[in-house]
Amino acid sequence: MTDVAVRAVRLGKLYRVGERQPYNTIRDVITASARARLRRLGRPSNGSAHDPSTEAKSMWALRDVSLELREGEALGIIGRNGSGKSTLLKILSRITEPTEGHAVISGRVGSLLEVGTGFHPELTGRENISLNGAILGMPRADIQRKFDEIVSFAGIERYIDTPVKRYSTGMHARLAFAVAAHLEPDILIVDEVLAVGDAEFQKRCMGKMGDAARSGRTVLFVSHNMAAIESLCSRTIWLEGGRCAADGTSSEVISRYLATCLSVLSDHVWPEPELAPGNDRVRIRRARVRPEQGEPEDQISVATPFVIEFEYWNMREGARLNLSLHVYNEHGVIVFNAIPTEELVWHGRPFPRGLFRDTCHVPANLLNEGVHRIELLVVADSCHVIHRMEDILVFEVRDIDDSRDGWYERRVGAVRPRLAWETEHLVAIDSTASGDA
Amino acid sequence: MGRTTSARHTTTVQPSSGWVAMRFGELWDYRELFYFLTWRDIKVRYKQTALGAAWAVLQPVLTMIVFSVFFGKLAGIPSGDVPYPVFAFAALVPWTFFASAIALAGNSLVEQERILAKVYFPRLIVPTAAVLASLVDFGIAFVVLLGLMLVYGIVPSAALLVLPFLVLLAAATALAVGLWLSALNVKYRDIRYAIPFAVQLWLFISPVAYPSSLVPEPWDAVYGINPMAGVIDGFRWALLGAEPPGATLAISVLVTGGLLAGGLLYFRRMERSFADIV
Repeated sequence: MTDVAVRAVRLGKLYRVGERQPYNTIRDVITASARARLRRLGRPSNGSAHDPSTEAKSMWALRDVSLELREGEALGIIGRNGSGKSTLLKILSRITEPTEGHAVISGRVGSLLEVGTGFHPELTGRENISLNGAILGMPRADIQRKFDEIVSFAGIERYIDTPVKRYSTGMHARLAFAVAAHLEPDILIVDEVLAVGDAEFQKRCMGKMGDAARSGRTVLFVSHNMAAIESLCSRTIWLEGGRCAADGTSSEVISRYLATCLSVLSDHVWPEPELAPGNDRVRIRRARVRPEQGEPEDQISVATPFVIEFEYWNMREGARLNLSLHVYNEHGVIVFNAIPTEELVWHGRPFPRGLFRDTCHVPANLLNEGVHRIELLVVADSCHVIHRMEDILVFEVRDIDDSRDGWYERRVGAVRPRLAWETEHLVAIDSTASGDA
Repeated sequence: MGRTTSARHTTTVQPSSGWVAMRFGELWDYRELFYFLTWRDIKVRYKQTALGAAWAVLQPVLTMIVFSVFFGKLAGIPSGDVPYPVFAFAALVPWTFFASAIALAGNSLVEQERILAKVYFPRLIVPTAAVLASLVDFGIAFVVLLGLMLVYGIVPSAALLVLPFLVLLAAATALAVGLWLSALNVKYRDIRYAIPFAVQLWLFISPVAYPSSLVPEPWDAVYGINPMAGVIDGFRWALLGAEPPGATLAISVLVTGGLLAGGLLYFRRMERSFADIV
């Protein structure tokens, strides 16, 4: 045998849109077929058999993906939402069949796609460990051997004979992960399950996964967390629109991926006013995001002060214009709204016709990491929105290592300020007198 | 680590074309999961209910009492040489098993949809485990039936030896129907509501409250198309010494065989898209 753990050849998955609908009822089927029959009655002479409206729409969620993974290799999989990452994992873990191509997998596949599923609320923790282990494909002897380890990893010793329905959400998640983490399959598949549990627990999960990678287990890891992928996987593939856009060392692929996220929309120029977005009152000439210092194409990290810059033509003499920026994070939350109230020269004064430039300075340590989008509004007389552009700029704020302080997972929250903080030691506990206080 | 490199087995993932191979060997590889799912279905059933295992007895016993009063006494339906209560109960034991097994199996895939969408194992295990779990209730009710026969002083003949085969036939019928229902249920959620109704109708077309001898001459063979007719007549023959069901039973076996083969093929064919639909 060779030491190839996974060999996938031209894998593809076609989804018919109809198949992804939650479910049909017989009534839907009957009414649809009755409708089709009526339509046929309506134009009986028409010879063409194909009615385009009944033809199912379909899309390739994955296409032409080939990859070879050696035993013991840890592979990161990155890409935007809907790029086919989860579909690839589902095919490799046999949950869904590919439409074309094939994959040869040598060894037992265990996935952390399913943390918490398969638990039955009526059964106790002890019973669920056996059941969940069996569902995840753990041999019974292994479950018995690792039982104590699983219980203590989850930290639920006292509740082991309590039905799981009485567990807190955290306990439930910890137990579920503990079982999955002790699977020890030959090939471990992980799809961003680390959002569950408290902070302390997340650290242990990442540790467990790092152990698996380092102890020579083959790992496939899907995540949006580039730092975690870079630290755990030596190799990364990048999927784009269901196809493999890049395959190489993690640092190389990640920086190429981030570069496209960055350059796609971080600088727009419309040199000819007639073709520029806008109307007879205002025309946009340029929009860009760049670091405050250094080269304009340098990456922006959480610790980089940067500027958002707009150039626009005012087409009407005497208009009182101001820009308003909505900065969204990748969850669609507006992180802040910026308006030039602090601008002293032009704010609130009539603008002559001509080209203007607004520059908004964003300090370091404000935005959290992730992709941010800017919506631009041009406002007249402080109350009329005369032009609006969604996603005029899209840029990524990268994480940097030193601010993470050993923390793998991304920090939660829309903003990531560095705040002044004091810890004081107020009273010492005397170890001899602590018995009764 | 204790992993051995030698015993590693290789899996090939590829699109399956046409009618899928049955892959029965794979079921054997997953026998532990089979055991655990059956065990879970049994455990959950007895844990969730206040009366637990008593349900397995109460359900057929209460039905028997109602049947005895209304059909046996008031309607005067004939029960052959045996008292009506035993006559009805010998039919209610396999019938209750069948009814609860198809209900449990028919809804099994939909209830497991979260697992189906996230883990691979042969899906056939899920409805099969549901049928097997229902056998426990059957066992308990069967003990009650033996007690009832003791009370009425009925001693079974040598025909008793075919009983295991009849239980197998009942289980096969339940599995066949369960496979069809569970696979259809994934696609058409109406099935969930259709099951109780179908069970109710099926009860009346099966010789539970009445003997199949009520069915006139040319129709008794046709009656065997309902496999439960063969099972129930068989039970009365094996335990109560009624007429051997002959043609009815033979037709029931054929119908169950056909239903099961079709159910397996349909289930395997649908299996591919379960994870995409649920």
